[in-house]
Amino acid sequence: MPVPFDPSETLAEYAHPEALVTTEWLAANLGTPGLVVLESDEDVLLYEVGHIPTAVKIDWFTELNDDTLRDYLDGEKFAALLSSKGIKREDTVVIYGDKSNWWASYALWVFKLFGHEDVRLLNGGRDKWIAEGRELTREVTPVSETQYPVVERKDEEIRAFRDDVLKHFGNPLIDVRSPQEYTGERTHMPDYPEEGALRGGHIPSAANVPWAKAANEDKTFKNLADLKDLYLGQAGLTPGDNVIAYCRIGERSSHTWFVLKYLLGFENVRNYDGSWTEWGSSVAVPIVKGEAPGAAPAPKK
Amino acid sequence: MQDLIDDFQDLPVKERLTLLLEFSDNLPELPARYADHPDLLERVEECQSPVYLFVEIDEDKNAHLFFSAPAEAPTTRGFASVLHEALDGLPAQTVLDADNQFPDLLGLTAAVSPLRINGMRAMLARIKRQIREKLA
Repeated sequence: MPVPFDPSETLAEYAHPEALVTTEWLAANLGTPGLVVLESDEDVLLYEVGHIPTAVKIDWFTELNDDTLRDYLDGEKFAALLSSKGIKREDTVVIYGDKSNWWASYALWVFKLFGHEDVRLLNGGRDKWIAEGRELTREVTPVSETQYPVVERKDEEIRAFRDDVLKHFGNPLIDVRSPQEYTGERTHMPDYPEEGALRGGHIPSAANVPWAKAANEDKTFKNLADLKDLYLGQAGLTPGDNVIAYCRIGERSSHTWFVLKYLLGFENVRNYDGSWTEWGSSVAVPIVKGEAPGAAPAPKK
Repeated sequence: MQDLIDDFQDLPVKERLTLLLEFSDNLPELPARYADHPDLLERVEECQSPVYLFVEIDEDKNAHLFFSAPAEAPTTRGFASVLHEALDGLPAQTVLDADNQFPDLLGLTAAVSPLRINGMRAMLARIKRQIREKLA
């Protein structure tokens, strides 16, 4: 039984309001049986500094990635991880984190690779909860181990690989990196120099919409009209489009993927997690430098 | 430095994070002369969160380290605080001779990821560079 959805009016305008909860809703529902709250941050110690009562920590780098392959966990490791977090397959999972839910979106996307049905984001994330003066605790939430089933990861629907991008040309791409990365002036994100690529620029025909444009100052998602202006107006998407989003390693684009899929209602959106660290170091794939998106090459057969 | 390495290495991996958090909580505040002049501090570009540092060399050629990192960046604060504990007040030459692998020897890499430990290595490199410039 999923925990009832947040009926808040601020969410009702989105295509899938059930994918979000407000801070008010979460505060009122903490401790509800069947609800698991997860914190996913960029900073690995932030949870320890203080977290929402009952929340369990999940770390994108040390837990969701395979430690050898450049890939996510397989079904068995994911089942072991979720069991260790006390999560059941039928649980409602609410994820929140720092930086406008950047890493929370990433965790949500990985949960969706395994088809976990009911995963929601806390609109505004950690910062909004704190800004509202809500309760934090340093007490690590005790967890009773569960038996999460082994589910095969299904990449096709929401994940794109490099070859999928080559076949995708002619359909829209959204590059969610900073303008400096898009033009090729930088091969890495400002402040993240160790995650570079050998070449700078963007995938031909991709529109540049930096991910954070979808977030308000209070870290909540922008309202529907603003999101439509951004993605349908400025980036030129049309409802029903088949879209691929990418960034540098696929985390910022998870945020955009969430916006396109759950807030704007695009059904076919994939996140290319290889992103620029793969594309910009790949041999003989097309690249465009500068501010113009450039023409789409012929799609690979 | 060896004492700190032992302190971390003697703990199970998860508790090493708890110790790092203690360091993070105890990072000394900037003295007023720097708090009022953030322009004097050097940004550590390699860190994912904004962290600034400054080194002073006193008359006896001892090095004094100053760091500033926001509360929202506890890992970075923890790294800064460990370096402060290890190196502050030592002769400048001793700091220059410190093992560049120190951040890797704490046994934190598995707990925080290699990517994040890079930031600590960059802080140490910048501390040494400032000292070299000041001694020159």
